Amino acid sequence: MIANPSLNLEFYWQTLPPDWPGGFWWHWLVFTVIVITFVLTLVMGYIWIERRGMGRMQARLGPNRTGPFGLLQPVADAIKVLLKEDIIPAKGDKLVHWLAPVVAFTPALLIFAVVPFQEGAVLADLNIGILYVVAISSVSTVGIFMAGWGSNNKYSLLGAMRNVAAVVSYEIPLVLSIVGVVIIAGSLSLNQIVLAQDIPFILLQPLGFLLFFIGGCAEINRSPFDLMEADSELVAGFHTEYSGMKFALFYLAEYAEALAISAIITTLFLGGWRGPLLPPWLWFLLKVIAVFFVMVWTRTTFPRLRIDQLMALAWKFLLPLALINLIITGIQVLAWPEALPWVMIFVNIAIMAILVLLWSRFFKLGGGRVEV
Amino acid sequence: MKFERYGKGLAKGLRVTIRHLLRHPITTQYPEQRLNTSRRIRGNELIWDNVKCTGCGTCAKTCPQGAIEIVTSANPVENKYIVEEYQVDTGYCIQCGLCVEVCPFEALYMGYSYERAKYRRGELVQTKEMMLESADRPASGYFYPDLAVKLPRQTLLVEKIVEKE
Repeated sequence: MIANPSLNLEFYWQTLPPDWPGGFWWHWLVFTVIVITFVLTLVMGYIWIERRGMGRMQARLGPNRTGPFGLLQPVADAIKVLLKEDIIPAKGDKLVHWLAPVVAFTPALLIFAVVPFQEGAVLADLNIGILYVVAISSVSTVGIFMAGWGSNNKYSLLGAMRNVAAVVSYEIPLVLSIVGVVIIAGSLSLNQIVLAQDIPFILLQPLGFLLFFIGGCAEINRSPFDLMEADSELVAGFHTEYSGMKFALFYLAEYAEALAISAIITTLFLGGWRGPLLPPWLWFLLKVIAVFFVMVWTRTTFPRLRIDQLMALAWKFLLPLALINLIITGIQVLAWPEALPWVMIFVNIAIMAILVLLWSRFFKLGGGRVEV
Repeated sequence: MKFERYGKGLAKGLRVTIRHLLRHPITTQYPEQRLNTSRRIRGNELIWDNVKCTGCGTCAKTCPQGAIEIVTSANPVENKYIVEEYQVDTGYCIQCGLCVEVCPFEALYMGYSYERAKYRRGELVQTKEMMLESADRPASGYFYPDLAVKLPRQTLLVEKIVEKE
């Protein structure tokens, strides 16, 4: 149906329930297939980008033996993992251990139900889209904690507990920075948010973007916030006891979440599928990959945080700034609703610079050793 | 007011990584690409000159591992030793180069090659005929500066790292 260009979209929106465009079973089927294919292929692409990009940034080559430019490396990895033995710890909780990867992976897929790939090309245009995303993305934490619990392993449990602590802390600035976007756009629906972005919101909400990016990276446990799966400290954290297909699901979930976060950053801050010349879905894809590239870039560059630094960053830096950002955005929208956007861009960037500079004055990220 | 913790270091780090992305990677893909070794490498084989060798056995005496075995017989006509057997167990050899340094007639050289792994332990023993210098067994410049200057210069990674400005 998206392949049909003669479709009259106006008519389409009027005759069908707005929260379930299409309303036909095949709409659901087609988009489910599209979403699953999109996620699985792009996850492979992500793994390739990450390994090659990271390699080049460290003056290495990265995997380049399987297929042209090492493109088949994720496939080879997947086959290797599938052929491995599936081990369940003897004293582990078997049901929880079995269920955990599923619970961790499914939410990452579910998020794409509301992400618009182009005008109206969305599985379900929920009017509370971004709220749904926030709610669903937290569910995967339950899966991770189940993995830690079901493994009957102290390292797994420790990793899982750190993860829960981090996600609970980072959820707050994350949601607060989303609210800034929602105030400007005036809607919770992701499609409406994209339609509202005549100027990408990264320019109108630079501080919100910064907070969302940091919070998002922490939420999906990417480096530098990956201390719940720190290979060097916790023996890979919650998935220590996982092997075979279950491990593959966790691996998949990790990258699917990265994909979800970059898709949401694209939708909220970078104008989603909007852009000149190229077709909308290509713009969406390019932006998603660009966001992920920045994630790889930061991952390669920054060293891992300690757990107290992680908490301090969330509560002392991100949370107050997110609140201030929210208040300032509210005042701007209420007081100068018709203000020139270009003025607002400069004002907001100046506000961001001043706030970050100010906070750097009276916020310390646990400078050195703490005497106990 | 002094500002120092606003992310200057983070930005610097990001600049470093992006510059690494744009420059050529340092990795050498070993079997296809090789770097030149040092011209004075003490490779794990010995090159023996059967013309210069007088069979004095100094090398066997000086070897700390006792890896060199030499059997000679007297030739009363020319008043010389005949080297009947000369073999080195390179499995014992520690590449110290003492035999090369001590040889009074400059008949021993260290090998320039380095891929000399074998499948069986017995193959590590080099006998008389195997030890002669040939095209695939070049001699290293170790202890022989005149040999060293003829060998290709060593590739230094320092020279390979060229920052693209």
